[in-house]
Amino acid sequence: MLAAVSTVSIITFAIAGIICIGGALGVVFLSNPVHNALSLVATLFGVAVLFIAQGAYFLAAIQVIIYAGAIVVLFLFVIMLLGVDRITSMASERSPLTLAIGAVLGAGVTVGILTAILAGIDTPTGQRSVSGALDPANDLNVIGKALFTQYVFAFEITSLLLTIAVVGAVVLSRKAKGEPIDLDEFPQPELTAADMADDGLDLGPAPSAEVDQ
Amino acid sequence: MIGHQAYLMLAAVIFGIGAAGILIRRNPLIMFMCIELMLNAVNLTFVAFSRALDDVGGQVVVFFVMVVAAAEIVVGLGIIVAIMRRRPGANADELSLMKG
Repeated sequence: MLAAVSTVSIITFAIAGIICIGGALGVVFLSNPVHNALSLVATLFGVAVLFIAQGAYFLAAIQVIIYAGAIVVLFLFVIMLLGVDRITSMASERSPLTLAIGAVLGAGVTVGILTAILAGIDTPTGQRSVSGALDPANDLNVIGKALFTQYVFAFEITSLLLTIAVVGAVVLSRKAKGEPIDLDEFPQPELTAADMADDGLDLGPAPSAEVDQ
Repeated sequence: MIGHQAYLMLAAVIFGIGAAGILIRRNPLIMFMCIELMLNAVNLTFVAFSRALDDVGGQVVVFFVMVVAAAEIVVGLGIIVAIMRRRPGANADELSLMKG
């Protein structure tokens, strides 16, 4: 078994693993939320590389598209919406005791799982699967077939879940008490031609107020 | 190909870092990112077992996890924005009361 492991796959695993762990540590320990989000991208990308190394090409693609593309952009959008300074100031200092307890519990989780792995609890049973065998060269067909036959009910429930999530996001972001959005809440300063000229913008002569339709 | 145990160990480390992050950080956004870390570690585990058992079911579950994570992030970030609009600068410890 060990002789079959090629050097390339070892190097790939090592680099992707270092990227994953480094990004995860960055998410936890960096203080600027934008840096946290970018570290999260590093971890997600490393996981995508590991998906490819295991032949899960379709999952690697949607990992990059959905996670690194959509979800992290959503994080960055909220960070920018709320303001980076405000978010950074919100990170309260923890007491050393709390930090120690958190680190110990996290390390305990890791050590526990590693012990279980090394103890051989994960040994495959040897039973044939009921969902169909893998075919990395034909990844999308195999996943699609399982998704729309055996797991079709779960797939339909997923569409319901997404609908509920969209409705929930709309309800949460509405103004309270159902009043309509007040556009005067976001006053727009009136720009004059002189202001634009100060900013280096030259839009030519101001349009006449009475334009023939 | 690397054996699936190496992937499981890497996933355990990432999961532990994410769990420690949730316990350490008190910024709701960062806690959400740590949840994403843990979900990704679990996804990695699913794919490793999928390959070890030659079963496409694990990859289908990863697909569902990604969808649920996306829905969770949409709702969670909506809640965070709604909270921040009313109580700027709140952290997770100050949000222990379930009333506005």
